[in-house]
Amino acid sequence: MTAAQTGVEVRLEDLRRSYGGVTALDGLSLTLAPGELVALLGPSGCGKTTAMRLVAGLEEANSGRVMFGGKDVTGLSANKRDVGMVFQAYSLFPHMTAAQNVTFGLQLHRVGAAERKRRAGDMLDLVGLSGFANRYAHQLSGGQQQRVALARALAIKPTVLLLDEPLSALDAKVRARLRDEIRRVQLEAGVTTLFVTHDQEEALAIADRVGVMREGRLEQLGSPTEIYTRPATPFVAEFVGLTNRMPGIVKFGMVEVRGTQLPLVQQDLPAGPGTALVRPEAVSLASDHDAVPGPLIGTVIAVAFLGATSRVTVDLGDMTVLAQLPTSQASEHPAGTRVRLSIRPDPVLIAREEKAPAEP
Amino acid sequence: MTRSRRVKLQLFRGAVFLVLGAFVLAPIAAMFEFSTRGTKVDSPRTLVAWTNIVNTPDLIDAIVASLELAAITSIAMLVLLLPTMVWVRLRLPSLNRIVEFLCLLPLTIPAIALVVGLYPISRWMRINVSDSILMLSIFYLVIVLPYSYRALDAGLSAIDVKTLSEAARSLGAGWGTVMLRVIVPNMSSAILNAGLLSVAVVLGEYTFANLLNYQNLQVAIAYVGQVSAGTSIAVSVASLLFAFALLMILSFAGRGRAR
Amino acid sequence: MTSAGEPAVDPAARPVRGGRGLPLTWLGVTPFFVYVGLFLVLPSLIIGSGSFTGKDGGLSLENLSDIQKPYIARALINSITVSIASALAGAIAGALLAYAVATGNPHGVLRRTVTSASGVLAQFGGVTLAFAFIATMGTIGFVTLFLKDHGIDIFANGVWLYELSGLTLVYTYFQIPLMVLVFLPALDGIRPQWREATESLGGNTWHYWRCVAGPLLAPAFLGCTLLLFANAFSAYATVAALITQGSIVLPLVISNLFTSETGRAQPGLAKALALAMIVIVAIVMLLYTLLQRRTSRWLR
Repeated sequence: MTAAQTGVEVRLEDLRRSYGGVTALDGLSLTLAPGELVALLGPSGCGKTTAMRLVAGLEEANSGRVMFGGKDVTGLSANKRDVGMVFQAYSLFPHMTAAQNVTFGLQLHRVGAAERKRRAGDMLDLVGLSGFANRYAHQLSGGQQQRVALARALAIKPTVLLLDEPLSALDAKVRARLRDEIRRVQLEAGVTTLFVTHDQEEALAIADRVGVMREGRLEQLGSPTEIYTRPATPFVAEFVGLTNRMPGIVKFGMVEVRGTQLPLVQQDLPAGPGTALVRPEAVSLASDHDAVPGPLIGTVIAVAFLGATSRVTVDLGDMTVLAQLPTSQASEHPAGTRVRLSIRPDPVLIAREEKAPAEP
Repeated sequence: MTRSRRVKLQLFRGAVFLVLGAFVLAPIAAMFEFSTRGTKVDSPRTLVAWTNIVNTPDLIDAIVASLELAAITSIAMLVLLLPTMVWVRLRLPSLNRIVEFLCLLPLTIPAIALVVGLYPISRWMRINVSDSILMLSIFYLVIVLPYSYRALDAGLSAIDVKTLSEAARSLGAGWGTVMLRVIVPNMSSAILNAGLLSVAVVLGEYTFANLLNYQNLQVAIAYVGQVSAGTSIAVSVASLLFAFALLMILSFAGRGRAR
Repeated sequence: MTSAGEPAVDPAARPVRGGRGLPLTWLGVTPFFVYVGLFLVLPSLIIGSGSFTGKDGGLSLENLSDIQKPYIARALINSITVSIASALAGAIAGALLAYAVATGNPHGVLRRTVTSASGVLAQFGGVTLAFAFIATMGTIGFVTLFLKDHGIDIFANGVWLYELSGLTLVYTYFQIPLMVLVFLPALDGIRPQWREATESLGGNTWHYWRCVAGPLLAPAFLGCTLLLFANAFSAYATVAALITQGSIVLPLVISNLFTSETGRAQPGLAKALALAMIVIVAIVMLLYTLLQRRTSRWLR
């Protein structure tokens, strides 16, 4: 039985890092409350991994500070910072058993042999691998290896736990289960955690707060609900969840999209053309039996069954729109049928960039 | 990594490359220097040693013989090994381990030991088959087996021989067509690899030739070296450059293959 | 046996077994096995049986016991000594060079040059190499004369290039590139995550090498050293071109038996020595294979 540790506050102050001519991190500031799990989410190259490595001490920042519980650790090398790390791949030492992997950090911290054994046992129990102490890395599945890595990282009671895309190299099914495991273990240990990922589903599922990053800067920091329902920028809206880009005209504080008026997130946007970002859940379908064409009349070209919901792709002639509905409703509109769309009047973001941001 | 560790690493690497680079380049530089020495200490540099190569008929004969041996051995190796390896993969996979063992076995038998057992066989062949130096290629096949096997094995593993040949056969191709028009074109770089490795090995071979009383390139170099060191060193440099050129071709051919 | 119990014959069945298919399928591998049988197995049998054939033609152990003769025993010990020395020197220098290469740009020019050069130089041995060293450090060699101009006479106590120490030096020359070629894959298998994990757990460089990288690389290093040993032990051309008088190492003893009176009178002796060499190299290569298996499990 492990008593939950009291977590420590971790603060990143205006971190900057560049190599050669490339700016990896352009002034990142972030505070993690004690025991909080913050996910850094973004496409590759956005700086999330660099940020984590600066917290770990594996790289030196060009400027800025990293503070653990009010203490400035920016100048400390990695082995003096007491951080626990789980890597995307090759986490475990191949020549050591699971138990030896877990006790390795304890040996380095000069913990006595009996205490080491006890703590290793506790940690392996915590991650659900009690009987696997004497297995080597090549005898463990990918998911089990990552769990041992987690146990190893937590064994030394670190100040902060850093997870660098720990699920990216695993199968989809293992990923979902292990994601919840990691969250459970993290809550039980009470350790402040930074979780880096490019998978928005992961980030939204387990984090207390999500920081969406792009080109070295934090685009938005907020709870998963906030990020999803009230994206601050078009980039966040498109990176997190799916979005329909629908051209429209902004005037009088509303945007007109294909005959429908929709309220705006940004009240004081100047008038003119723009692209409205509409969530598929805001689009609903009704059968259309008239032959009369209209801006929101189209043909269903594909239905993707996702379990409880389905995603329907509708061809409006000049563009395609995605609608996400409960499967029972979607089954009324199989491929080939004519439908009329209606858009729920949720506040929408307007994008005024020339082209869409790069695919994540 | 931290800046100080990076600096220490670069210093270490610089030191290693400097020291070992000097050690490795010294004999090569010395060969160039030696082969261009004049007759007296203060004579100017001369290419006499190099031009002497063409003036030494023994050397020319040996060079030609070695090149012929290299060609014959490479081709014979491909003709013997490639069909066998394909056949084993497709029809007799249970023999795979035995074939692999036999092909890699020559690595564990020193040439100087093997030649003791080959001597009686060679003598018999000299009397009953032919006295020509080209008979050596039969023995050279044994030496090149391991290197060629590895190169061809890598090439065969990279393409799915089973699927390719089954597809070809289902379309009506005979075994000859399968080999020549389906398999070989798909492993051209592995074949080139095996061939060039064989050439390099044959050109550098001394033990068999010397003890079985044939005069190949290396034997000729040693022999001429006792008379005129400069000339034999000039030939050595030439053969080194040739081998290096071969390996450069290898690495470019390997990279040029579109994947 | 009822007619219902007889299995129907499938006319389109592949001839994978049975009298009809067997000869045809095996025909495909016959040339290979004939060749290997004649030129690999047969010589081995000749060596094997000849080792136990006495001067009079009967079964005898006199060839093997002759290994104890002083000049042969000394040659064997010299062979082993030179092989161990050049293997260790080549392994250490080669490992350092491989490490210097592995820590650089994996696609850079430096790495490609070093690996290509190693490929060439590892095959460099033999006559060419011997002459290269004579040109470098022989009595009128490039380096010898250079040092003499600066007051250093490296051969003040005798010309050691043509003795065991010189041989070790020359062997080391092709051992280093061979080590680079065979050890580099192991170094490439060391993942940066292991270093970072060690640091995050509180270890420094010393801990990393002592507890992680060292144990991981030890089997590979030992295996490659064994390979280098076998390589030097089997070498003939280099020493034949370098040391023209005497038979200070085993391969020279064997080659001299080809042309000497003793060799003609006692044909079994050369075969016995060849057998001894084969056995030694085979044992070394077996150990190498076992160590490689451990390495590839950890450092794929």
